[in-house]
Parts: sequence; structure tokens; C-alpha cells
Amino acid sequence: MNIHKIADHLNTLADNSDTGLVFDCQPISGEVDVLQISVIGREELPIFVSVTDDQILCITYLWGEDEVKPGSLAEMHTSMLEMNIPMPLSSFSKIGDKYVIFGALSMSSSFHDIEHELAVLSNNALEVIDDMGEYLV
Amino acid sequence: MSIFKKIMTAVRGGATEVGESIVDANSTRIFEQEIRDAENHLTKAKRDLTGVMAQQMSASREVDRIKRDISEHEGFATQALEQGNEALALEVAEKIAALESELATNEQSLASFESNATRLKELVKKSERQITEYKRQLSMVKTTESVQKATSAITDNFSSSNSKLLNAKDSLERIKAKQQKFDDQLKAAEVLESEDSDNSLEAKLKAAGIGAQDNSANSVLDRLKAKQK
Repeated sequence: MNIHKIADHLNTLADNSDTGLVFDCQPISGEVDVLQISVIGREELPIFVSVTDDQILCITYLWGEDEVKPGSLAEMHTSMLEMNIPMPLSSFSKIGDKYVIFGALSMSSSFHDIEHELAVLSNNALEVIDDMGEYLV
Repeated sequence: MSIFKKIMTAVRGGATEVGESIVDANSTRIFEQEIRDAENHLTKAKRDLTGVMAQQMSASREVDRIKRDISEHEGFATQALEQGNEALALEVAEKIAALESELATNEQSLASFESNATRLKELVKKSERQITEYKRQLSMVKTTESVQKATSAITDNFSSSNSKLLNAKDSLERIKAKQQKFDDQLKAAEVLESEDSDNSLEAKLKAAGIGAQDNSANSVLDRLKAKQK
């Protein structure tokens, strides 16, 4: 599995996805190949996919440290930890000063699994921002 | 230091210098070499184990054979005694004594092969566990590294395309607005469609002469004439 195969599959999928979402893929070149996937209608929250030796990582950036209301950091962290298990397939993490939501898939995942993962990740991201809105500026 | 702590230290330190590799490539390569060495040792240990197990099986067969031989000769000796042939019985007894000493030697080597095999099996299991653990650690280091590189590629892409990450709440509002607009359009289309179907029903009724009819020129003329009166 590599990002180009994923891009090809999602592009040929077009309107026929099982998830009802339409994906637009754009590879980003760099030391590690990254695929930027925009969900149509949700372009503000793109998903970044990278394939490593043993897993497929799908990451969506949520908000920056600077967007957290002063004084509510600890409470927000607790809420995020509590939400981590109930949230299907995705988990929270932090990259640099940005909070992210991510899902990791095995290299042997099918295209269908990947498509499902992307849809769930996108839905989770929207829901999380909505739910955590009280802690954000 | 545990691998978790190393990664955490590296990630926190690296956050100030974006794009800097968390673990230098050289130490990753050394680690990979160590894993390969351990795998070679494992392969060798497995080969040794196969050899020892083969020896163990052959020794076990030999022990069985000698035991059978002994009981057979014991039978011969008894028969010789029954015939009163003491000299022959003694000869057979000597043979049995020789076989018994051979048996003792073989049983000893069988025991030694068995303990060797057990030791090697434990070694193989331990090496396999260790290699799995090394690989897990390497995978963690590599994933962290890869995520850092991916992050820097994403950041570069954002700065080069002059776009930046929007405020999360703003993003959500915009997405919700788009969804609302889409829903409204869908609803409008539905309303339009139902109106269309109303119209078509009306047309059918009209064609059948049911319901309100178009004002024809004649009916207008009739009305005007009626007014004149």
C-alpha cells in the first residue's frame, strides 16, 4: 500500500463512495510522501495520510495551543482523555503545538477499510470541535 | 532510558527545531543492524535445535533397540537354562551385560540431547521475544520520525500555498454553513419537484376537462356582451 494507490482509488471512487463523502486527493512531496485528502464540503479540515513501514497513518489537525481558552487547558485535556475510548477508530494526539485526531491502519488494510477510516475520522473531527468548543476561543 | 522517554524527549526538543531528525539516522541504522544480527543468531539457534532434535530421536530409537535386544537375550538365557546348558546361558548373560552397559551409555547421551534441546528451545523463544521487542521499538522511532517529516512537509505546503490552518471553531462554522446551504438546496429542489408534480397533475385534469378551464376568447366575449346589456 502506498499513497498513490490510495489516491487512485479515492479519485476513481468519485460520487460512488459507500460513505456518502467525496474525496479530493493531492499528494504533497517531501522527505516522506503525504497525501492531502479534502472531503468535499469540509475543505477546512483536510486529512493527511502517510504510509510508513508498517502502518497507514491518517491525521487531521484540530486546533492550536493558542486557540485554547486561558485556564481551561487541564479541563480540556481531561475531557479529551475521557472521550478517547468512546470515539470510534480515532485517537487524540499532539504534534508540536497542534492538537490532532488520528487513526492508524495496518498495511494489509483494504481500500474499503481506508475509505471507512477517512469518513469516520472526518466525522469525528467535526464532532470533537463541536464538543470541545467550550474550551476554545 | 525507556524508548517512550527517549521519544518524548526527542519530540519535545524537536518541536523547537522543526524538521530536525529525532534520532540520528546513524543510530537507527545501528539498531537495524543489531536486529539483523539477532535474527541471524536466531536462525543459527533454530538450525542447531533441529540438529540436536534429530540426534535426540536417533538416540531414543537406539535405546529402544538395545532394550528390545536385552529382553530377547534374557529369553534366550532362560531357554538355555531350561535345557540345562549352563555354558551357553553364561555366554548369553555376558552378551546381556555388554548390552546393558551399551544401554547405559546411550541413555546418558539421550538425556544430554534432551537437556540440550530444552535449552535451545528456551533460547529460541527468548531471542524471538527480544527481536519482536526490538522491532516494536524501532517501529516507534521510525513512526515518530516519519510523522515529524510528514508534519514538516505539511507545514511547508501550507506556507508555500499561502493558506494556513484556520481557527478550529471558524472552520466548523464554515463547514456547518456549507452543509446548511447544501441541505437548503436539497429542500428547495424537493419543493420545486413537488410543485412540478402538482402542475403536471393539473395539466392532466385540464386535459380531461376537470377543474378550472382556460378562459377562451369566446367566454371573454360572452362576459363583455353580458356587461353591455
